[in-house]
Amino acid sequence: MNALHRAGLRPDLTVIADNVARGSSVLDVGCGDGTLLAALRDGQDCHTRGMEIDAANVGRCVARGLSVIQGDADKDLAFYPDKSLDYAILSQTLQTTMRPDKVLEELLRIGRKAFVSFPNFAHWRVRTSLLWNGRMPVTRLLPVGWYETPNIHHLTINDFRALVKERGITVEGRWFLSGDQNCSAAAANFRAEHAVFLLSRGD
Amino acid sequence: MATAPIIPTENRFLDLDMPLMLDGGQSLACPRIAYETCGTLNAAKDNAIFICHALTGDHHVVSDHPKTGKPGWWVRMVGPGKPIDTDRFFVICANVIGSCMGSTGPASLSPDGEPWGMRFPVITIRDMVKGHIAVLDALGIDSLYAVVGGSMGGMQALSLAANFPERTRAVLILASTARHSAQNIAFHEVGRQAIMADPAWRDGNYYAFGKGPEKGLSVARMAAHITYLSEAGLTEKFGRRLQNREEKTFGFDADFQIESYLRYQGLAFTDRFDANSYLYITRAMDYFDLAEEHGGLLANAFARSKARYCLVSFDTDWLYPTAESRNVTHALNAAGLPVSFVELSAPYGHDSFLLDVPALDRVVEGFLG
Repeated sequence: MNALHRAGLRPDLTVIADNVARGSSVLDVGCGDGTLLAALRDGQDCHTRGMEIDAANVGRCVARGLSVIQGDADKDLAFYPDKSLDYAILSQTLQTTMRPDKVLEELLRIGRKAFVSFPNFAHWRVRTSLLWNGRMPVTRLLPVGWYETPNIHHLTINDFRALVKERGITVEGRWFLSGDQNCSAAAANFRAEHAVFLLSRGD
Repeated sequence: MATAPIIPTENRFLDLDMPLMLDGGQSLACPRIAYETCGTLNAAKDNAIFICHALTGDHHVVSDHPKTGKPGWWVRMVGPGKPIDTDRFFVICANVIGSCMGSTGPASLSPDGEPWGMRFPVITIRDMVKGHIAVLDALGIDSLYAVVGGSMGGMQALSLAANFPERTRAVLILASTARHSAQNIAFHEVGRQAIMADPAWRDGNYYAFGKGPEKGLSVARMAAHITYLSEAGLTEKFGRRLQNREEKTFGFDADFQIESYLRYQGLAFTDRFDANSYLYITRAMDYFDLAEEHGGLLANAFARSKARYCLVSFDTDWLYPTAESRNVTHALNAAGLPVSFVELSAPYGHDSFLLDVPALDRVVEGFLG
């Protein structure tokens, strides 16, 4: 699948866009400047809406004609009705929330399915950086120092697998990415820089 | 310095040939509504934007104010090439009923030839909107491209969207609320009591005496003006600086710049606004509770709406704080409507929506598309 290079989309967003059904309704939590939402609206006729914490980004989204609410994933998801959307998307945002587990539950309450992508803290480059330098890793995907990073809950792919298992959440799909290449599930916790999961709750 | 280009506007009156039925149970026989238009209505009549003005505003959005000679109150937002672009859109603004700038209000003559005074029926925000709808009907506009309003204008825009959902396709609300809070009502009551405590008010029958309750109206405006600004803004602009003097006078003259400023604002207001209009319009705002009108649940107010919405609040606005805009946003979300919301940072308090906030221009322009 060479679709990983969709124009202007990060590899994880490309995976998500490729797997969202045409014409479905989508909430992107932490939608940034609205790149994914605009791609889903324009390319796949999706009914899109977004939530974003940064006012300047919300302004950019509104200027693109997107419907985006300034809000905080930790607090403001509560105002969305149950199962009101086909997909709730949380890309590269889980590790910045106060309570990732509660945010995950909210995504699955609001959306019939949820896409979650996050950077893998067990990637070999992170491990070696910590092992050899004894310092919090600063890598291509985690470029900000420990004291100012928005990533307050680092996690690994195996951590996430354990959480969804413990909560009885169904994994409908998963993709592991190293750069813009896919890598196998078996070696993912060591080799993947980030992961994308498609989740549902069978109730 | 070159003079500002004059933007062509039309100021017109609409004299209704039937009574306006009011929420209070009374009706207003054949009211007059003053309005201004700017730009050109296209053949399909689908490029109209209706702007709703605030408490002491009027329909002179871009044209000079007839009494003060000052430029229209929203020239920085509305005009050719501006965020509300009159090269593309046909902009309409109507003076609300109850006001004193051309539409029928308590200073207008009643059918008996005398000014209405306090015999004027109490009106609501929805009654004002009924007047706006009459203007749209007269212009043959079935559906607006957008309705836009800040502060009390935002209340009208919400009321229009809720009560006449087929009449607009987009709704832009700035620094507003879906209901007046106890604090909002409290400040208005201070203003009303100041007017009524002035002996020159004469139970509202001051028109024949050539002089109204100017002191009372002035105090009402002073109190209200404070609520439109932020504490930080006041400190930055005035601090504790003294007015044209080196030392305190140990008297009750306007020693401080802020006192002098407020006195000037209060006095200037009495030159352009009718005290009874101030009573009626503040009352209409206090009565506003959009959820109450729709069974107590705000989301129900928008059940028939198909419009897209955008709400903007300002971080220093303590009169209609961000929580009020969020409340509306959540209701619209629950109603399944496309809605955007953003809190912008600006130092000017509630008045920010009228002042130079470039981020607001971008949001307005972006939302209108």
